Amino acid sequence: MSDHESTYVPKTGVEKWLDSRLPIVRFGADYMSLPTPKNLNYWWTFGGILALCLVTQIATGIVLAMHYVPNTELAFASVERIMRDVNSGDLIRYTHANGASMFFVAVYLHMLRGLYYGSYKAPREMIWIVGCVIFFLMIATAFLGYVLPWGQMSYWGAEVITNLIGAIPLIGEPILIWLRGGPAIDNATLNRFFSLHYLLPFVIAGCVVLHLWALHHAGQGNPVGILIPKDREKKDMVPFHPYFTVKDGFAVILFLILFALFVFFMPNALGHADNYIPANPLQTPAHIVPEWYMLPFYAILRAIPDKFGGVVAMFGSIGVLFILPWLDTSKVRSMRYRPTMRTFFIIFVLVGMGLGWCGAQLPDAPVVGSFKTFILIDGDLNSYLWLTRLFTAYYFAFFLIILPVVGLKETPLAIPATISEPVLSGGDAMTAAAAASAEKKG
Amino acid sequence: MTLKTSMHSMKKTLVLIAAAAGLSLAAGPALASGGGHALRDGGFSFEGPFGTFDQGQLQRGYKVYREVCSACHSMNLMHFRTLAEPGGPFFDAHQANPAENRFVKALAKEIQVPDIDTETGEPVMRDATPADRFPNPYPNATAAAAANGGAAPPDLSVMAKARHGGANYIYSLLTGYHAPPAELTIRPGQNYNVYMAGDLTPFWKGDAAHVPAGGFIAMPNPLRAGQVTYDDGTEASVDQMSKDVAAYIAWASDPKQVQRKQAGVGVMIFLLLFAGITYMSYRRIWKGVAH
Repeated sequence: MSDHESTYVPKTGVEKWLDSRLPIVRFGADYMSLPTPKNLNYWWTFGGILALCLVTQIATGIVLAMHYVPNTELAFASVERIMRDVNSGDLIRYTHANGASMFFVAVYLHMLRGLYYGSYKAPREMIWIVGCVIFFLMIATAFLGYVLPWGQMSYWGAEVITNLIGAIPLIGEPILIWLRGGPAIDNATLNRFFSLHYLLPFVIAGCVVLHLWALHHAGQGNPVGILIPKDREKKDMVPFHPYFTVKDGFAVILFLILFALFVFFMPNALGHADNYIPANPLQTPAHIVPEWYMLPFYAILRAIPDKFGGVVAMFGSIGVLFILPWLDTSKVRSMRYRPTMRTFFIIFVLVGMGLGWCGAQLPDAPVVGSFKTFILIDGDLNSYLWLTRLFTAYYFAFFLIILPVVGLKETPLAIPATISEPVLSGGDAMTAAAAASAEKKG
Repeated sequence: MTLKTSMHSMKKTLVLIAAAAGLSLAAGPALASGGGHALRDGGFSFEGPFGTFDQGQLQRGYKVYREVCSACHSMNLMHFRTLAEPGGPFFDAHQANPAENRFVKALAKEIQVPDIDTETGEPVMRDATPADRFPNPYPNATAAAAANGGAAPPDLSVMAKARHGGANYIYSLLTGYHAPPAELTIRPGQNYNVYMAGDLTPFWKGDAAHVPAGGFIAMPNPLRAGQVTYDDGTEASVDQMSKDVAAYIAWASDPKQVQRKQAGVGVMIFLLLFAGITYMSYRRIWKGVAH
């Protein structure tokens, strides 16, 4: 899998026997000794954090599925029963529910890191594309999972999102019925959503293997964004273990502190109160809003006046990520050396947060004060509708115009010849003494 | 990397995580906007990371629920035994098994629940046991709706989680039956409440710029002073009863919350220590490696 030379030497007879038949210990050992650029900063720790998130969601999810009842009459009470009568059930369920939010916090930071440091550029396009597949599967899994407690937001969220499929001309209606398992959202819908919610995390896990395979084949990127030549490997790289196991480990613990803060002290802060009202198909909630991590895409959906157009824009906003490696025309990977692009990137991050904010507001509500300005086409200019449209335009322009054009026009800063050059503390080589002492400590 | 730069980049990461969390938290109240008045603060003992339930208040709150609310509102997720669980209104440290709790056994015995006679198969009524659920005041949802002007009174099992503001919302609502302004047309079968979500514009004949806060609620003011006789001698004012029943419902909505918070304090201390040790290991392992 990885291209570096294996240093594993089987010692015992059992290891030797196993190594010539199924070299699984060698596989793990090679993984641990993988040469890794020593200048990776904390933005590179989110990969490990995400792996932890996936394992946490699967482990808690399997236990929840032992107690959950996928039936429209019983689902709501079964979730509450888990929190009341199952040993530590409240922790398991709140960990799973907040775990979804934590997963998305980490994945957004992970993706923004990739965007900033050009992690998607050759030879790493496939790492990025598989990552996009994982992200899309995560959204689908989160949506399916949110339906399962069968509260008001579960039901009406499912109603709104499945209806989007119905907006596709000609084939929309039959697909909608097939997806719901009938003409309306009911027990058949809940059962298939439960089944798929259990399936998709394992598909994600499979994609994670591909993601890592591609990563280890193409090699880790780094904040400087240059490829490390073979002859510099000794100077610029350190073995993954113990250097990055300890650094990632530290970051993981900081992340767990944030996670635990929500689970133990404010488990419902990220959710919507309406989802503790059992689903009622006859009563529409005042505002139907998705979970926070979907809000930017929900905002894009609502920005387009035409329903099908909105669906195209929403899926397009994720779809555009897949072709990102070919939209960026710059030869320079890291935005550290692209000051113009860095400014556009910061605006992009703020616009993304702005879209999330807009997604939680009523489109007609005024942005500033409570006054009206003038009607532009179909809404007041001082409304979230138009602010959302402004942000949506920037979102797409960033990928489709800014990235290709700036890449051709800008003058990047001088790029260091080696990753050791920019290190403030000077010395570029890992001294023999340091290497020896690290081995002892590891 | 030097200590300074590594701390710096770490700080940046933490700031960003905090910002992301802050943004999502800030979006919460935005979702809840519209409708009622700013809520009253019940000053509940269980708020905050170290807060615990006041057992006397939970017992009073249960009494208000049993004698007033339960005439119309079910609590389908509650069993009598739940009342005797750690943190609950009738938890007894000397009798850890909730099913054997003498208070709860006595409370359950006062209530009749439907059952099937095991000999004849005939429906019968019998004394409740700690294992039984709270009985439903109506035989079914249709009967509940029919008896209440078309809308069934909501189940109260998770009410504190189902409304923004939780216990403060329940407390505010129960004390929010103010006299309606003269220019407000009250719809038949409805009552004015300043904390109820809604838009009163269509029913308001006064100055359009000053539509009163609040909305209409089908439930008439359920509490009057002295309605319940508290066993601990507390004066049963409307404010007191509202506060007590709000605390009781907040407990019932998440009976494990105090135990969870207490475990959380330990988890936090552990994680902080673990983070410190791991950071020191990181410093030691990377010593001498410029990065």
